[in-house]
Amino acid sequence: MRRYRPMRPRRAAAGAALAAVLALTTAACSSSGGREAEEERERAAAAGNAGPPQFTVAFVTHEAPGDTFWTIVRAGAEEAAARHNIELVYSNDPEGLRQANLVQNAVDSQVDGIAVTMNKPDAMTPSVQQAVQAGIPVVGVNSGMDAWEAAGAIMFYGQDEAIAGQAAGERLSEEGVGSVLCVLHEQGSVSLEARCDGAASTFTGTMEKLYVDGTNMPSVRSTIQAKLAEDPDIERVLTLGAPFAVTAVQSVADAGASAQVVTFDTNADLVAAIEAGDVLWAVDQQPYLQGYLAVTGLWLQITNGNDIGGGEAVLTGPSFITSENIAEVAEYAQRGTR
Amino acid sequence: MSDVVEARPGPADAGPGSTGQRPRRSLLRQLFLRPETGSLVGAVVIFVFFFALAGPFRRVDSFATITYEASVLGIMAVAVALLMIGGEFDLSAGVAVTTSAITAAELSYQLTLNVWVGVFAALAVSLGIGLLNGFLVVRTGLPSFLVTLGTFLMLQGVNLAVTRLITGTVSTQRISDMDGFGSLQAVFASEWDIGGVRFRTIILWWLLFVAVATWVLLRTRVGNWIFAVGGNQASARAVGVPVAKVKIGLYMGVGFAAWFVGMHLLFSLQTVQAGEGVGNEFQYIIAAVIGGCLLTGGYGSAVGAAIGAFIFGMTRQGIVYAGWNPDWYMTFLGAMLILATLTNLYVKKLAARR
Repeated sequence: MRRYRPMRPRRAAAGAALAAVLALTTAACSSSGGREAEEERERAAAAGNAGPPQFTVAFVTHEAPGDTFWTIVRAGAEEAAARHNIELVYSNDPEGLRQANLVQNAVDSQVDGIAVTMNKPDAMTPSVQQAVQAGIPVVGVNSGMDAWEAAGAIMFYGQDEAIAGQAAGERLSEEGVGSVLCVLHEQGSVSLEARCDGAASTFTGTMEKLYVDGTNMPSVRSTIQAKLAEDPDIERVLTLGAPFAVTAVQSVADAGASAQVVTFDTNADLVAAIEAGDVLWAVDQQPYLQGYLAVTGLWLQITNGNDIGGGEAVLTGPSFITSENIAEVAEYAQRGTR
Repeated sequence: MSDVVEARPGPADAGPGSTGQRPRRSLLRQLFLRPETGSLVGAVVIFVFFFALAGPFRRVDSFATITYEASVLGIMAVAVALLMIGGEFDLSAGVAVTTSAITAAELSYQLTLNVWVGVFAALAVSLGIGLLNGFLVVRTGLPSFLVTLGTFLMLQGVNLAVTRLITGTVSTQRISDMDGFGSLQAVFASEWDIGGVRFRTIILWWLLFVAVATWVLLRTRVGNWIFAVGGNQASARAVGVPVAKVKIGLYMGVGFAAWFVGMHLLFSLQTVQAGEGVGNEFQYIIAAVIGGCLLTGGYGSAVGAAIGAFIFGMTRQGIVYAGWNPDWYMTFLGAMLILATLTNLYVKKLAARR
């Protein structure tokens, strides 16, 4: 026989709290931005495509998990995939052997096209050749400027890191600065070294390399700060990735130094930093374009036998984002596409 | 921890301290109490799971890719499993692979030697690193976790610093045009095309190493020693087991495996990136633990470590075959690790109950 029990005070309190939370959440809606605005945009974008996926494209990169740069590349790839009724399978591994296995994985899956980054050309070449032999069209993306053609890829979309570095070096020379600190956020990355070396080759002053642990932001911040405190002559801090530029701005403030921050690559935070004048300029390789063009190029190849670039690499950069053109870029950066 | 003397799996032949008076167990129960049983069940479940969900997973060449992925990890996992059964850790195992590959490539290139010479020099270096690890652990009495953490950090620095010092960049020069490269590639990284499927010989090497390790563990005196040392070091010493030699030997075993995998990397990729290998040491440990090894030592199996490595391969590739976002891979792995550990604990408790 069940006895009636009055509501316990604790339960009554919980009920009241729940009601309060519900009331608050309904009253606390933002009239701008947030998830809802994002969904609105997605709906608008989705209106551009038509129907179920017809093709599958594998997109294999050397992304170390959680880098904002690759988020933008992926956004471009996803957008192109949605527009062309393509199912996009994204996979990534920073280690050469395992990235090569992921390309093999795409071959096993009998995808219709593969987009692959070749920043470790020797490691990636055999598996790209396997894909080509299996009759799958392959395009190179982002890195591997000197390897894609030999491996049998039909197109390449990206930026020559050395050329981008040289452009940055020239700009630094024009600004008339004498001493630059080049911050490498990963030890053992060929493409980062190429950027620093490229900048050093065209820069008229002295350039010094500083290695930081990119997976540990607090340590990045204090390492740059220590270096600036030790060497007050440094006029520019050149970082090689957007998140590190934003951190370097804090380091400069911590050290009370007069140096200004310039960088390679962008993300939404960085665009805000350029707007605010904290960061002087950024070398932009347009990652969105790399993702979008790679998938679109594959789609044209699969459906119409086209190839873009006439056997040469299609360059997506370098272009500069400065205070002069920041206004238009800012709008796109908010969307996560620049 | 180990007042359970009969943590030694396998047939009921007399292990150290076993009294021979155990009640006969049914065959099924004996099978159930083996350390690798839990991982085998897990592997079957994961296989069925991906087989049902991911179309490409069902193809033969997908199976070849998964087995290859497992073999590179698995060779290390077997050596690490033996070490863990012996009651020790090696956190330097991940970067030691890279060290070995860099040593072989740079020695051969810089001194213009036949690559065979560089490869054997790298073997000496790898065994030396194992010897150093083992010696430090035995001599200092510090936890091996700390000792090998130290060597891990040192090697990580050495890999980068030495490579940059010699080459000016962060990857080794290409040695594929030098004498001996072709024959070595045949040994360490040959591939066969069997009916359109890429079959790699390193898979056979892996199976061989698993077989040898299993034989050593279950059929030799050294195997008894390994279980004894990991189970209870003081008792083992008291009954005359050469504890220090066993431990140093186990570390050198990890060194040998690191050399072998390093050579495979070198001869399949042709150049080595100096920064690679960091973080892999945990994958070896995880594979061993999923395969039934305990962190406390004295329990585990080589076959289990192989199954653990295979689970790794299936998961990593299966998630991509299924077309899911690979961001989930680590989450999946972590959940599996905890499940596997709980299973091991449960099986061990059952084994301890009479």
